[in-house]
Amino acid sequence: MTATQLTPPQAEKKPPRRARTRVMGAGKQLHAGPVTYIVLTLFALVSLAPLVWTAIAASRTNTRLAQTPPPLWFGGNLFKNLQTAWEEAGLGTAMVNSVIVAGTITVATVLFSTLAGFAFAKLRFKFSNLLLLLTIGTMMVPPQLAVVPLYLWMADLGWSNQLQTVVLPTLVTAFGVFFMRQYLVQALPTELIEAARVDGASSLRVVWHVVFPAARPAMAVLGLLTFVFAWNDFLWPIIALNQENPTVQVALNSLGTGYVPDQSVIMAGALLGTLPLLIAFLLFGKQIVGGIMQGAIKG
Amino acid sequence: MTSSKQALAHSASSADAAPGEQPGAAGRAHGRGTPPPPGPGSWRSKLYRWDMKASPYAFISPFFIVFGAFSLVPLLYTAWYSLHNVQLADLDGQSWAGLKNYENLLSSDFFWNSLWVTFAIGVISTVPQLLMAIGLAHLLNYKLRGSTVWRVVMLTPYATSVAAATLVFVLLYSWDGGMINWMLGFVGIDPVNWTESDWGSKFAVSTIVIWRWTGYNALIYLAAMQAIPADLYESAAMDGANRWQQFIHVTIPQLRPTILFTVVVSTIGATQLFGEPLLFGGVSGSKGGSGHQFQTLGLYMYDQGWIIGNLGKASAIAWSMFLILLIVAAVNLLISRRLRKSQ
Repeated sequence: MTATQLTPPQAEKKPPRRARTRVMGAGKQLHAGPVTYIVLTLFALVSLAPLVWTAIAASRTNTRLAQTPPPLWFGGNLFKNLQTAWEEAGLGTAMVNSVIVAGTITVATVLFSTLAGFAFAKLRFKFSNLLLLLTIGTMMVPPQLAVVPLYLWMADLGWSNQLQTVVLPTLVTAFGVFFMRQYLVQALPTELIEAARVDGASSLRVVWHVVFPAARPAMAVLGLLTFVFAWNDFLWPIIALNQENPTVQVALNSLGTGYVPDQSVIMAGALLGTLPLLIAFLLFGKQIVGGIMQGAIKG
Repeated sequence: MTSSKQALAHSASSADAAPGEQPGAAGRAHGRGTPPPPGPGSWRSKLYRWDMKASPYAFISPFFIVFGAFSLVPLLYTAWYSLHNVQLADLDGQSWAGLKNYENLLSSDFFWNSLWVTFAIGVISTVPQLLMAIGLAHLLNYKLRGSTVWRVVMLTPYATSVAAATLVFVLLYSWDGGMINWMLGFVGIDPVNWTESDWGSKFAVSTIVIWRWTGYNALIYLAAMQAIPADLYESAAMDGANRWQQFIHVTIPQLRPTILFTVVVSTIGATQLFGEPLLFGGVSGSKGGSGHQFQTLGLYMYDQGWIIGNLGKASAIAWSMFLILLIVAAVNLLISRRLRKSQ
């Protein structure tokens, strides 16, 4: 790929060497033949077909979905089913709750990860390497190891069904810290920080005037990735919340376990619950792809 | 240096607007190597030095506080509860149980079944997924028209939540009238009862995982492929290697660290597999089918803890899962060391 195709939040570790590699790669890069396009089209069809079919099923009736052959084109029931899902299956409340939960988690994660990432990337302090290793190591711990005590404490506090129970445990993630650290190591020139220091700037002012402007592209990507993760988080929300005050995933879980026994409404719910992320992918797909690829090189 | 000067000017001009500013920040020329005029004892220089020392820890503290409060302490409590009899219906009536929960597990057929199911689904979902992802990445690495569009399309399943994806696949896999059985009918295959059959249900659950994650892993491989120096391919071509040989002898060895990374991440994910089998089972999802044929370890823990209501036993299952993950990580580490030495 040529350099112009890279997404904005791309910081080169060793600019001269990388650039050389890329230029040579671009010069030598093979053009795709018809077979490549055919296979890629098949992959694309498999990726998209279930989503398109969700919309088709959501526009039909329960009786029609039980018949053979399955419907292959849209019917006229979409808005009725969406409305039923929104009202009876609680998707309306769930969408609002998920926006609040995922929004709060995203803002907090981006902010805290940038601060910690900056400290690990550019500040000298005792045990910094050890603490960074520890941070990465925490990604090994599965969420299952925490849910029993969290559930018991939540019951003690009388927090059952309250949104803070699903927000607090994910306010900042090890992935976010590592992601921002990897970006800032390369994207934030140390001289810039030193110059601000010479000027007598406090650490907080350095963060505000030097780190945040330099980190902005990576913060945006981390925000998108975090929002997707938070919107789709499943295990702890279905334990902590129920149908009275659900997030989207909790509402979908209720649908799947027979809360509304109508397949077309269930499909309408699945469609509604995925729509915000599909729109985000449509608008920011390039940035999200770039973020995942960038996290990969350095991961 | 021009850019840093600009930033400096920017920081000076907008100093008044800086929120959260500390009093010591107002002083100029307190930088490294330029000690402030009033001497080392002044409150400003003290504040400055304190700021330099403490702020790194302040910046990383949110992560460690959150991790400590919501992962580390709970992890230890989970160990504690796993040694107790804790019932969902009687949360105040906890009593010491010693290793009884673990003994119960080891003598339970359902526990061993869930280990087998987790392993089986883990293999049939991870291996084809990563192989396809490498192939897909290879194709995406060609010079393509609309390369970004292709990449975004391959990633769309990742935007679909476990719950939404599984609800759709349940309908696609339904016994009569389901899209998949209907299409199998064209090639003369009788309808498969995907939820009831042993391997059929494992296969169906695996396809959900494969569908959601193949594109994501392909992008990770693609990123690694783009970082492979072109001269490696050139010298391979000079040695007379064709495209396939180049792929096997240059691409794959160069991808080795990335492959190891995706294997580790996928293994961790497979060990925790939960949402897909839960929703695939519908109303009695936590059992993982009538014969527990897709009850994974994660599902078994949820079933024991929140459906049957034995939180002590659920804690023991959680710790078993953690031990398995640690073993898997150790094995992965050993293999990667071996590979590195053999190179």
